Amino acid sequence: MGITQVLFWFLSIMAILSAILVVISKNPVHSVLWLIVVFVAISGHYILLNAQFLAIVNLIVYAGAIMVLFLFVFMLMNLNAETEPQKNRWLKIAGVIAGGSLLLVLVAALKKADLKTQVAQMNNGDIGLIHNLGMSLFHDYVIPFEISSVLFLSAMVGVVVIGKKD
Amino acid sequence: MPINYYIFLSVTLFCIGVAGVLTRRNAIIIFMCVELMLNAVNLLLVAFSKMQFHALGASRPQAGIDAQIFVFFIMVVAAAEVSVGLAVIVMMYRNTHSIDVNFLNRLKH
Repeated sequence: MGITQVLFWFLSIMAILSAILVVISKNPVHSVLWLIVVFVAISGHYILLNAQFLAIVNLIVYAGAIMVLFLFVFMLMNLNAETEPQKNRWLKIAGVIAGGSLLLVLVAALKKADLKTQVAQMNNGDIGLIHNLGMSLFHDYVIPFEISSVLFLSAMVGVVVIGKKD
Repeated sequence: MPINYYIFLSVTLFCIGVAGVLTRRNAIIIFMCVELMLNAVNLLLVAFSKMQFHALGASRPQAGIDAQIFVFFIMVVAAAEVSVGLAVIVMMYRNTHSIDVNFLNRLKH
């Protein structure tokens, strides 16, 4: 078992444990911090797959910008474990059973799939580097790129209109 | 690494997100679980892109690059969605002084 395999298992276990802790922690601020750990683990997976541009964008946009936004909103509203609304126990058990059933169905459907010979290439290949992604983005995908700028503008206007005190 | 492991890791993260949406009542935590599901899908797309590059990369050096562009656009849309969604939740908190989603069931009247 090489260093790549060790890192893969370490990052996978870290991602799954932190994702479970996001769901079960009582204090919402702890949930945000555990979600940041999940995103760091997923960025580690991107680096293992040699998708370095996406790893950095994931860290900056998700763990940096979006999670700080969540944290600001939590602290602005002064939420903590005491004000946290709780579902009753039977609804929680039903939710966990529903999620577990979905997991069971998907795993059972994919277990027999003939994917043993397909390998995700690690530590190699240069399609994830910023040069190749940039060439593809600005040659083949330049119209979606421009449309996404309109999307951002409309989102910005929408946020200001919604958040305005009337 | 065989692609199986990545598929099962992403499915597990996605189902944890689904269970979180179903079990929590805090609107912002539900929103965070949706983000978790989006990230599980992103991870699977990147793994599939590297799988396709491994299978076809010898003949087509650009094989699999589309998936990574898609992940980039998913991140763009997620950023816009988070900003609008958090504005809606802040507005709801300002009107009701609560972020409990059960409080909103009076919308049906």
